[in-house]
Amino acid sequence: MHPAKSVIFFTTATGAGYGLLVALFAYSLLGEAPADNSFTWGAFFSAFFLIIAGLLSSTLHLGHPMRAWRALSQWRSSWLSREGVAAMLTFIPAGLFLYSWLTFGMTSVYTFLFGALTAILSLATVYCTAMIYVSLKAIPAWRNLWTLPVYLSFSIMTGTVLFNFLVELFAVPTSRLPLYSSVGFLLYGYLFKGFYWVFVKSAPKVATIQSATGLKASSIRQLDAPHDSANYLMDEMGFRIARKHARKLWPLSIFFGFVAPTAILALSFVSNLGGDVYPAGLALFYMTIGVVIERWLFFAEAKHVVTLYYGEEKV
Amino acid sequence: MTCLPENPSGKKLGLVTDLDICVGCHACAVQCKEWNTNGISGPLSDTDPYGADPSGVWFNRVHTYEIEDQEDGTSRTVHFPKSCLHCDDAPCVTVCPTGASYKRAEDGIVLVNPDTCIGCKLCSWACPYGAREYDQAEGVMKKCTMCVDRIYNENLSEEARIPVCVSTCPAGARHFGDLGDPTTDISKLVAERNGFDLMPGMGTAPVNKYLPPRSGAARTKALGAPRMLSIDQPPKKKAGRLTSWIDQVLSGGKV
Ligand code: SF4
Ligand code: SF4
Repeated sequence: MHPAKSVIFFTTATGAGYGLLVALFAYSLLGEAPADNSFTWGAFFSAFFLIIAGLLSSTLHLGHPMRAWRALSQWRSSWLSREGVAAMLTFIPAGLFLYSWLTFGMTSVYTFLFGALTAILSLATVYCTAMIYVSLKAIPAWRNLWTLPVYLSFSIMTGTVLFNFLVELFAVPTSRLPLYSSVGFLLYGYLFKGFYWVFVKSAPKVATIQSATGLKASSIRQLDAPHDSANYLMDEMGFRIARKHARKLWPLSIFFGFVAPTAILALSFVSNLGGDVYPAGLALFYMTIGVVIERWLFFAEAKHVVTLYYGEEKV
Repeated sequence: MTCLPENPSGKKLGLVTDLDICVGCHACAVQCKEWNTNGISGPLSDTDPYGADPSGVWFNRVHTYEIEDQEDGTSRTVHFPKSCLHCDDAPCVTVCPTGASYKRAEDGIVLVNPDTCIGCKLCSWACPYGAREYDQAEGVMKKCTMCVDRIYNENLSEEARIPVCVSTCPAGARHFGDLGDPTTDISKLVAERNGFDLMPGMGTAPVNKYLPPRSGAARTKALGAPRMLSIDQPPKKKAGRLTSWIDQVLSGGKV
């Protein structure tokens, strides 16, 4: 599938934004978030910024961005529509969550209630994003058991590493929990991604050129394509460039997304460097590169069954 | 509404393509483009049409495959026209977030409303068959309409009220009719010729069917064609006097 920049940005940015909201809820619940107002503002601003920028970029890639509101109407059947509805709904409790955090404090019951609602809707939105992909039977690399856990765990992973950085940036950390949980979620996110990669590489094929054409013959070759130049289908679904480079790219994603940030964070807690903003920032920076590569591969490596009509033998 | 119709009428207008007959002339694809660029979905835009890398919106495309080792051990070329199959369980419809894609309850035709489509392209990802075409110039999705602006068009004579790919095919490889009713000619044809679905594993339940290529012997028999004559075999019927005389003159006197 063609890896559109807007969609890669949308899924990674909103994933991190919602993950950050979930982290904010979890830490406020534990009373482990810094009590600094500058932290609260900075963290909520980052989350809203990522979510809004992501949503805007996803509407800009539409053929008719001004009609985007229509996408909220078909929640009964469409995961894309459900995602839009969930994203819009999340803003309400999230705004109230910020308000009550600032006015009643992070441990008040209102903060807890709005925070819980925010976290649930945030996860629901990421769930819907993942289900858009999971629901597509024509793309077997997406329609499997691992896509959903990867989306959810990557959202929490990126949100937590970002949270850890923001704590260092805006306040004096009172606890090492953000650091530990960042390492934990990096492990957890890439564990699922590992399962995903192993599964996708070894999964049985769901369709063949025989089932696509219905012809009963052991060998079917494309003799002539419908046109002598590429068409929309081949550009959108028949993206090949990445597949060539995939072998080089997924180790890079693991290195930047997992190995480098984990090592940096682990080093900062064994050494006396803890409480330093630089390792936290560097870890965030590397993880972002890794996650963007991962998302690019998610699209670029996924084969659509329509490619069977254009010369693929099995998908 | 992008839920599939709750009370479909049972009527399923569709196409049947005979892979045994198609000669791969692309007339259906060209005529489809011609009619539809002027029809309700038009214009079907092209990008760089006369340049080095032309691309454009086509509802109908003809692929050509070379198949070896069929069940009877023979090989052949198969021309393979493909357009929207107007699936009963159309995944392109249910994924649409806006309601622009819909399946008609009255005849099962799957259409896109160009006034509400936001051009998110998700429906084209959902279709396993590559039947959806994004119009770059207009920013909306387009697709085969089963020539809905012909088949109910009272300004046309009754015999013209069929999709253009069917009326245009010089080989008679395409058929149109109600596949929801087992008593129609088209349904009987499908039953008789073992018509099949493309990628049944995708769960789309396509309405359009394909008829398999027949083996050489089966085809000769079905068409009632004579066995091939040997060139040396003397003609059974004696030629008439005039013909014999012409033959004699033209052969330079030798008979
Ligand atoms: S062939 Fe594709 S576009 Fe047509 S109804 Fe089926 S899924 Fe939808
Ligand atoms: S491109 Fe248009 S018709 Fe297709 S899913 Fe998006 S809004 Fe619906």
